[in-house]
Amino acid sequence: MNLRRFTLISVPYFWLLCLFLVPFLIVLKISLSDVALSIPPYTPTLELSEGWAGVRDFLSQLDFENFRFLATDDLYWKSYLSSVQIALISTTICLLIGFPIAYGMANAPQEWQPTLMLLVILPFWTSFLIRVYSLIGILSQEGMLNQFLMWIGIINEPLTILNTNIAVYIGIVYTYLPFMILPIYATLIKLDGSLLEAAEDLGCSRTEAFWRITIPLSKAGIIAGCFLVFIPALGEFVIPSLLGGSDTLMIGKVLYEEFFANRDWPVAGAVAVILLLILIIPIVLYQRNEQKMMEADK
Amino acid sequence: MPQNVFEPWNDPAAKPLIRFQNVTKRFGDFTAVDDLSIDIYEREFFALLGPSGCGKTTMMRMLAGFETPTSGTIWLDGQDISPIPPNKRSVNMMFQSYALFPHLTVYDNIAFGLKRSNMPKDQIDARVKEMLRLVQIERFGSRKPEQISGGQRQRVALARALAKAPKLLLLDEPLSALDKKLRQDTQFELMDIQEKTGTTFVVVTHDQEEAMTVASRVAVMDQGKLKQVDTPGQIYEAPNSIYVADFIGEVNIIEGNATAQGNTVSIVWAEGQPDIIGTPSKPISNGKVSFAIRPEKIAITADKPADRHNAVQGRVLDIAYLGNVSTYHVELPGGMIIKAQAANSRRRDSRPFTWDDEVWLSWTDTAGIVLDR
Repeated sequence: MNLRRFTLISVPYFWLLCLFLVPFLIVLKISLSDVALSIPPYTPTLELSEGWAGVRDFLSQLDFENFRFLATDDLYWKSYLSSVQIALISTTICLLIGFPIAYGMANAPQEWQPTLMLLVILPFWTSFLIRVYSLIGILSQEGMLNQFLMWIGIINEPLTILNTNIAVYIGIVYTYLPFMILPIYATLIKLDGSLLEAAEDLGCSRTEAFWRITIPLSKAGIIAGCFLVFIPALGEFVIPSLLGGSDTLMIGKVLYEEFFANRDWPVAGAVAVILLLILIIPIVLYQRNEQKMMEADK
Repeated sequence: MPQNVFEPWNDPAAKPLIRFQNVTKRFGDFTAVDDLSIDIYEREFFALLGPSGCGKTTMMRMLAGFETPTSGTIWLDGQDISPIPPNKRSVNMMFQSYALFPHLTVYDNIAFGLKRSNMPKDQIDARVKEMLRLVQIERFGSRKPEQISGGQRQRVALARALAKAPKLLLLDEPLSALDKKLRQDTQFELMDIQEKTGTTFVVVTHDQEEAMTVASRVAVMDQGKLKQVDTPGQIYEAPNSIYVADFIGEVNIIEGNATAQGNTVSIVWAEGQPDIIGTPSKPISNGKVSFAIRPEKIAITADKPADRHNAVQGRVLDIAYLGNVSTYHVELPGGMIIKAQAANSRRRDSRPFTWDDEVWLSWTDTAGIVLDR
């Protein structure tokens, strides 16, 4: 019995160990190394043939120089800050758009709901990259959006949207909106309509019932949706590099450039480790929320 | 000394608290409530009884304000309530699912309605505590609804609905989620609370036993219409139609042709069988009638009783043993099956009749109900 339990629990832990912890330790090790013109492009590498002395020698060469470097160059902390800002604003916009959509879906006639659900997840059927590229076509100077706005006469000259932060916001919100809608929809659909009637019966207006009953009871879905948008948006790299301008600072882009343009793996490793530490805070919060939800369901 | 009986419906001077005046409610093609008029008086415990889909829930939802009548008027305390939204009505409802707010404690659930009114804070606290005491759940105030039992939830729902001291309390199948034993205890408690608070209760139920136990008057509904509105005793002993007789309790229905004979009628109902002598509650015309008689009003004996005119012979086909009573299904020579009930006042092994026994069924001239067809 205990062995069976142990086996069951060990499967996900083994999975995490192989696919998360080991790669993370490798990245951590790289971040503590020095850049070198070699393959792989860093030193030291562990020479097990030299035995215990080799290991000691290896450890003595590791240092926090790269982390110190990140602190000295303001590019990095500005990128982190701007990434957090872009992710926070995008999450807020997603919530403001996503909640009404989820609310509308949950209150739509029963026979419509599978269709609406399908429409929300339909974009996933096309490659993410292709969808971002097609946004370029829509947002560019000669793009469909500018043509449409000029055609209906709102503007006389094309707006510069592409290669600005606005394009990045549009891209992130467009891409991650379903991740906001689905968990909120899942909590709203479970909401018992008689609760709202009871609130009205006890003296609430419709609006008051919404704020006092619907919002608190969909809190779990709202939190889940916010994390599902915030976490990937923070490390987002494709959207800022394709839609953003040269002044769009996002840590995902910096990471990519360190890795592939500068071939400075140790600094890139340090950037990744710090990003992970920033992400761990919301992830831990998210997991605590999940746990609370599970306990509430029991 | 005349007893002071609570019967406002028999007092022409009494003013009804609620008056349904030719109320009709349609949902698309479906008529849920059909041109219905009814008066309900203050302090009444009124039961709307009927099968699902008969319109009883719609009537309740119209009182609460969740539905508006398609035509007709509902008066509450002399005021037409159609334009008043549910949150402005002095009517509270206890929902079938209880609809307790899962994110609030028992205390906050009960305080919810009071906080929406402009009652001062210290009075709210006193009122909530009073309610907790009334329904005997003082110990559970700080718990969440999910942490208490079904019976306790039912009490919280009742306390929450009563907290604002409404003129009218609506109860939608209030006890349907409880098991039988708890339901019976709670029925009496509900009556007790109704008496203590003096609130008018309107309860919707499909459970005839529940309606009979708690209500001062019962309205039997079918397909959006009222079949009969009367005290439980009258509904049971003097139903005005086969539908009501059949819906409430068990009944044998015998069809035949009646001929008036003074106060009684003589009913010819089967070849080779003596006529049934019945006493109609109101004079009826000669012709086709239904004779309805409750199983417990039929005596079952081994020999033909000498003092009763209404007696038929048959063979015991089936026995349903219910503990306190047994229902005998007796087949008459023509193939008709009559149910007769006998109290099991003696222990089981001394039961007088068994399968295939020849028995005599008999009843008095006033035991049955003669209904025009």
